[in-house]
Amino acid sequence: MNAPLIGARIQRKEDYRFLTGSGQYTDDVVLPGQTYAVFVRSPHAHAKIKSIKKDKALKAPGVLAVYTGEDLAAAKVGGLPCGWLITGTDGQPMKEPPHPPLAQGKVRYVGDHVAVVVGESIEAARDGAELVEVDYEALPAVVDATKAMQKGAPALHDIAPDNKCYTWALGDKAAVDAAFAKAAHVTKLEFVNNRLIPNAIEPRAANARYSRADDSYTLYVANQNPHVERLLMTAFVLGLPEHKVRVVAPDVGGGFGSKIYLYAEDVVVTWASRQLARPVKWTAERSESFVSDAHGRDHHTLAELAMDKDGRFLGMRVHTTANLGAYLSTFASCIPTILYATLLAGQYTTPVIYCEVTAVFTNTAPVDAYRGAGRPEATYVVERLVETAAREMKLDPAEIRRRNFIRTFPYQTPVALMYDTGNYEATLDAAMNMGDVAGFARRKEEAARRGKLRGLGYACYIEACGIAPSNIAGALGARAGLFEAGEIRVHPTGSVTVFTGSHAHGQGHETTFAQVVADRLGLPIESVDVVHGDTSKILFGMGTYGSRSIAVGGTAIVKALDKIIAKGKKIAAHLMEAAESDIEYDRGVFKVAGTDKQKAFGEVAFAAYVPHNYPLDKLEPGLNENAFYDPTNFTFPAGSYVCEVEIDPDTGKTTIVKFSAVDDFGKVINPMIVEGQVHGGLTQGIGQALTEGCRYDPETGQLVTGSFTDYCIPRADDVPSYQLDTRETPCTHNPLGVKGCGEAGAIGAPAAVMNAITDALWSMGVKDLAMPATSESVWRAIHMKRAA
Amino acid sequence: MHAFNYHRPSSVNDAAALAAKQAEGKLLAGGQSLVQAMKLRLASPSDLIDLGAIGDLKGIKVDGGSVSIGAMTRHAEVAGSAEVKKAIPALAYLASQIGDRQVRNMGTLGGSLANADPAADYPAAVLGLGATVVTNKRKIAADDFFKGLYETALQPGEIITQVSFPAPKRAAYVKFKNPASRFAIVGVFVADTGKGVRVAVTGAGPSVFRVADMEKALGAKFAPDAVAGIKVKADGLNTDLHASAEYRAHLVTVMAKRAVEAALK
Ligand SMILES: Cc1cc2nc3c(=O)[nH]c(=O)nc-3n(C[C@H](O)[C@H](O)[C@H](O)COP(=O)(O)OP(=O)(O)OC[C@H]3O[C@@H](n4cnc5c(N)ncnc54)[C@H](O)[C@@H]3O)c2cc1C
Repeated sequence: MNAPLIGARIQRKEDYRFLTGSGQYTDDVVLPGQTYAVFVRSPHAHAKIKSIKKDKALKAPGVLAVYTGEDLAAAKVGGLPCGWLITGTDGQPMKEPPHPPLAQGKVRYVGDHVAVVVGESIEAARDGAELVEVDYEALPAVVDATKAMQKGAPALHDIAPDNKCYTWALGDKAAVDAAFAKAAHVTKLEFVNNRLIPNAIEPRAANARYSRADDSYTLYVANQNPHVERLLMTAFVLGLPEHKVRVVAPDVGGGFGSKIYLYAEDVVVTWASRQLARPVKWTAERSESFVSDAHGRDHHTLAELAMDKDGRFLGMRVHTTANLGAYLSTFASCIPTILYATLLAGQYTTPVIYCEVTAVFTNTAPVDAYRGAGRPEATYVVERLVETAAREMKLDPAEIRRRNFIRTFPYQTPVALMYDTGNYEATLDAAMNMGDVAGFARRKEEAARRGKLRGLGYACYIEACGIAPSNIAGALGARAGLFEAGEIRVHPTGSVTVFTGSHAHGQGHETTFAQVVADRLGLPIESVDVVHGDTSKILFGMGTYGSRSIAVGGTAIVKALDKIIAKGKKIAAHLMEAAESDIEYDRGVFKVAGTDKQKAFGEVAFAAYVPHNYPLDKLEPGLNENAFYDPTNFTFPAGSYVCEVEIDPDTGKTTIVKFSAVDDFGKVINPMIVEGQVHGGLTQGIGQALTEGCRYDPETGQLVTGSFTDYCIPRADDVPSYQLDTRETPCTHNPLGVKGCGEAGAIGAPAAVMNAITDALWSMGVKDLAMPATSESVWRAIHMKRAA
Repeated sequence: MHAFNYHRPSSVNDAAALAAKQAEGKLLAGGQSLVQAMKLRLASPSDLIDLGAIGDLKGIKVDGGSVSIGAMTRHAEVAGSAEVKKAIPALAYLASQIGDRQVRNMGTLGGSLANADPAADYPAAVLGLGATVVTNKRKIAADDFFKGLYETALQPGEIITQVSFPAPKRAAYVKFKNPASRFAIVGVFVADTGKGVRVAVTGAGPSVFRVADMEKALGAKFAPDAVAGIKVKADGLNTDLHASAEYRAHLVTVMAKRAVEAALK
């Protein structure tokens, strides 16, 4: 029979398509009568729009239409909704300022949408866009969240004169204060978690078509969750009947979160396609992506950890100011709260934790989930505190962690989560072995002889994935469900098409999910194909983000598979004239227990579609089942990273010489794909630590890092050859025992890198350093200390 | 990008004639700077005069004590040339450090020099080696060629045809790369020409420049510690997102020292 597929390094089914350029991305879709949209964007960070003159643009050759916020308002197009309601410490709902798809009266960040020009060609639309005359009255701008909260700061929205969206808190403040009062030592850090620009390789794109024939719309869009996109767009913005709108997210070239959201452009092209009765396409240029994709992170945090004299954690206190940008993006509000504060226990038994978050509007691009979303920020807080505490208390950083590890499961944290399982000691041991921590002192000495500084840093992260139970999410303010749907369609000849509400944009679901199905059914993987990303094909879906696909989407598929096998048994029992309870399914064959009677999967499938000999009185023909799965808990991937750096003190350049990562993702379906995910995540995490940092000019609010010349995403030669391994404690509440692996690297790496750098510089008196730790900032830290 | 007319002359004379006729026209070499600017609509030439079909502008010739490289020679060709590696290894190495593979396969020597990006690498070699820039009209000594930020001695329509590099006794180029663009934050070319030492710095200032103090010190003693204590002034150096003038000034000394070390290897 077929060898087990779960756990096998199977080459990706999608590789041929992607490596030969045969993918079909949104921009590849060219529809009959295609037109092209170009957006007029605000050159100001904050300004009143005094007037917009369209006439010159409308007269330009090839220009078909120019629309502004006024046109959308007249057509009763609504604003972009926020999917998560946060209730503040004052009991009030967060401030939800209007978010019109095209600005009305005011622009609030550089890149804000002012008008759209639709033309016969991109060039015509672009020329037209240059002719739209917008008269602005520039207003003072504020880009820094802490400054935006200060008295006298320019106010972005009338409903939030102090620019605060909410102040929210989690944990028992009084208990935490009491813990600090009896602490033998308190470690305190204040830092910024740097703002990042996602930079998916495929820029955002949307192509909408309206069909007068049946009054329906089709929207092709580079998006991570087409059903959610449709739901938000139809129910909240355009008021269209959902069944008249088809959303297709075809091949999508990366998202990292930035393609979860309902964006203004998607709405505008859909609306415009009906006005013009022609398809309207918009594809972002890279410069547009920089200014208009939702950014990530941007926290300013004061964090404190209280310990007893042995380094046992007594309590943690965290105050964070989160920059939300100019408007609330789709899930902006839950990232620095629900996905952040709840993770502050990390892998430790810290008994009491209090976290207060103030979320603030500024004249910058909206901020939302970016690979890790809240959890990298939380891990950075915890792991920088823990490592610094160890150094301050002269404890070994691994030892202080061991003293505080959670060892019994399930474990209820003081910040709402219940970890089902884990073994943190196991991943730490393995990572230390792989990183040869024992030999570090020798390597440091050797480096010192060459005039170089070596440092070693740890990060022991936890994340909450597989997001998550709808009822809990609902109680916390989610305005959507968080289940997943799957469907198994067995064809008459026994091959299988799997439909999933998860969406792949680089994750390799077409392979991983096929492995699960082929393994469970005992079929060759070639007999199983996976379909996703089209609301007209998939029954429903909540999409892919938060490392949820295998844990939630995969489980929905398994539930549907169980139904297929159950029905197959009924059919097989009839065919073999046996009792249903005697039928066993074993790797592709239905058997009558204790006999040599059997029917292959394909024979049963055939009988289901050619029901000549079939229990039609008891059973419907066909072999097609679907399932919705709503998990009972998050999953909790965790792991230990050991990073070793070498610093050139003359230039400040940091080189990562070794990076050892041991992750516990629960059951691993395809180790090769998992390693790929870890490689990508680690590289983005290293990017955050060393090279990436979005900067706005503090006075003008212009995006200073608006191209790859200035915004530095890491290249292959910036990262080492990673050493990877996994440990498996299977998730206890889903049938595959899986936890998710998509974000781990980006969550754990920044703290590991910064812990290594500060280790190298500790003896010079450098306690902390801002991310990104550029060569100049490292050089300055060394230089200042030497000069002092 | 705005619409433009495209020309592909087959001789330098034809190219020069076209350039003279089209006041708003531009010469096109590898397009690695010009086309980027056009895509962003920062440059909108009426005409592009592609130098790619002119055979005279291509190729590498080693002749006695000098290496002549045609203006249209790609960075990758210089980096990979056995002759250049033998005659002036530092020059081949410098070319190998420009941008990335794609850029090296398209970008040209002439384009790089005409563009005179303050962070470009070739200007350091041209000035460091005391090369001669040959145009369709004249010969320009390196010391007279670079005039400032994106500014050269070239007149409108003047075409670089080749550059002649005298082979030094020993030389080296060391570059501290901008992590994002991979251009030079600071690049130092040190050459012991046999008649003296030249030290050229790119990336640090608005235009490539020589450091007289270092040249003198190295002339007396060609060793790393000869320059270790020589600092250039931060005043007038570039400050941008990636490096302050002060940091650049510091790096000039570090890179100069390393370049001397490399030249001695
Ligand atoms: C991603 C990227 C990274 C890069 N990294 C580096 C780097 O690390 N170091 C570095 O030095 N450079 C770097 N470059 C620039 C690259 O080296 C280009 O080769 C150079 O900027 C221009 O050369 P080109 O042949 O492409 O010229 P083009 O872009 O075609 O032309 C540039 C200018 O020169 C003029 N011109 C071209 N040829 C002649 C001629 N023969 N006579 C007179 N005028 C002429 C053109 O009219 C135009 O104004 C990088 C470029 C990119 C896109």
